[in-house]
Amino acid sequence: MTDATALLQVRGLNAWYGESHALHGIDLDVKQGETVTLLGRNGVGKTTTLRAIMGILQKRTGSIVFDGKDMMPVPLHKAAHVGLGFVPEERGIFANLSVEENLTLPPVVAEGGMSVEEIYTLFPNLEARRHSPGTKLSGGEQQMLAIARILRTGARLLLLDEPTEGLAPVIVQRIGEVLQTLKARGMTILLVEQNFRFASKVADRFYVIDHGQVIDSFHVDQLPDRMAALNEALGV
Amino acid sequence: MIFDIPIQAFLGQLLIGLINGSFYAMLSLGLAIIFGLLNVINFAHGAQYMVGAFVGYLLLTWFGIGYWPALLLAPLVVGLAGMLVERLALSRLYDLDHLYGLLFTFGLALVLEGAFRYWFGASGKPYATPEALSGGYNLGFMFLPKYRGWVVVASLIVCIGTWLLIEKTRLGAYLRAAKENPTLVRAFGINVPLLLTLTYGLGAGLAGFAGILAAPIYQVSPLMGTNLIIVVFAVVVVGGMGSILGAIITGYMLGILEGLTKVFYPEASNIVIFVIMAIILLVRPAGLMGREA
Repeated sequence: MTDATALLQVRGLNAWYGESHALHGIDLDVKQGETVTLLGRNGVGKTTTLRAIMGILQKRTGSIVFDGKDMMPVPLHKAAHVGLGFVPEERGIFANLSVEENLTLPPVVAEGGMSVEEIYTLFPNLEARRHSPGTKLSGGEQQMLAIARILRTGARLLLLDEPTEGLAPVIVQRIGEVLQTLKARGMTILLVEQNFRFASKVADRFYVIDHGQVIDSFHVDQLPDRMAALNEALGV
Repeated sequence: MIFDIPIQAFLGQLLIGLINGSFYAMLSLGLAIIFGLLNVINFAHGAQYMVGAFVGYLLLTWFGIGYWPALLLAPLVVGLAGMLVERLALSRLYDLDHLYGLLFTFGLALVLEGAFRYWFGASGKPYATPEALSGGYNLGFMFLPKYRGWVVVASLIVCIGTWLLIEKTRLGAYLRAAKENPTLVRAFGINVPLLLTLTYGLGAGLAGFAGILAAPIYQVSPLMGTNLIIVVFAVVVVGGMGSILGAIITGYMLGILEGLTKVFYPEASNIVIFVIMAIILLVRPAGLMGREA
């Protein structure tokens, strides 16, 4: 399933951690306004795919085209300005910065981002704790903060790595609502997620990754038919 | 009289301690900023202080440019030269062991001090106290030279200003974040390599400012930074490597303590800072305000 008009087009993406060859030719597309989820077991290359697309992992070959722009020669600190917003798996909240400083750290790169007031309306907890050090927040609040700070920047594609990992069901539900809100605003999202019950509620399409390759892709409508095969592939 | 010590001698040494502390604070602040973000132990800091004093001296003797413009120009020249050094050389060493940065800056210090000694000789060059700050105040119990009072005030302004810059501004937030996770800060679209260059320039500029400030008090000589820098490193260790506030507070504190030691037990005044450093390293290896690793 390839689409030359997609917002993000990845072709034949290979990536290495040092000598270790982690991605073996990933092909994927994310269309404008779509939420696409990468499924797969631990260590198959989902996070690596996001890091390679963002440019954090510089040892990579293949092609990454975002909004018609070749991203391969773009240095990491320019990628955000092209419109990529990254929310890392470990959340990356800065301990030496207050909640509000964390929130306003990433520079605004384009119009269309949320204002700080809008973000505080969406995440009232963050406003209440705006002057606390970022890492004094609970895990769920830190995840909200990690997502919220990208919403300010006007990024057009959100690269979201395991937002529900290690969080209580009520928080997971809250994050699901936030993603629905973002979808309604037309945000394009590439999500890595182990919890596919969660993913099935927000995603339009899925790619299944194994051994650094895409082994399957399907639309959310096809999910019920795929459940058995998926349970086996994901080993859950 | 306190413990049989005349009050004049006591207050006089307190003032000398406070002035020395002003220089310790400014210099250790620059070292702490550089170490905090670049992880480089900047052995060239003393040489950069010396170059700051020489820039002031040469501006005056070659171009007739006086103290007040030099107070701005000297840190600017030293800061820009520092940025050039970071871009051309230091930035290539970040991926290697810390030892390389230390060796490079140590070598740079030797080259700078050697070159200035070759050009200008080893003897100190006098630098006149600016007109507006000559003379002093009779406080009744002691005589306070105006210039020494100015040094304390200027150093406080610079230290507090730098602290506010790092703790309260957006640029400061970038610096604090880049210290924790430079890769993520880059992924947010901030040019971290440029930030590192500016930081080294800021640290070097602070050394240059301390240099021109010192010129009327200590004279201008190629080795003026060599002895000072050893003490300043001790201050940084006591304050906690990379701790901005620790460097400032410890700088003033140890300067005053050194001054008071001269009153009560002069024989120990040259070593008191190092004794305190040894004790701190034993009791609290991360320094007074450093975070335990």
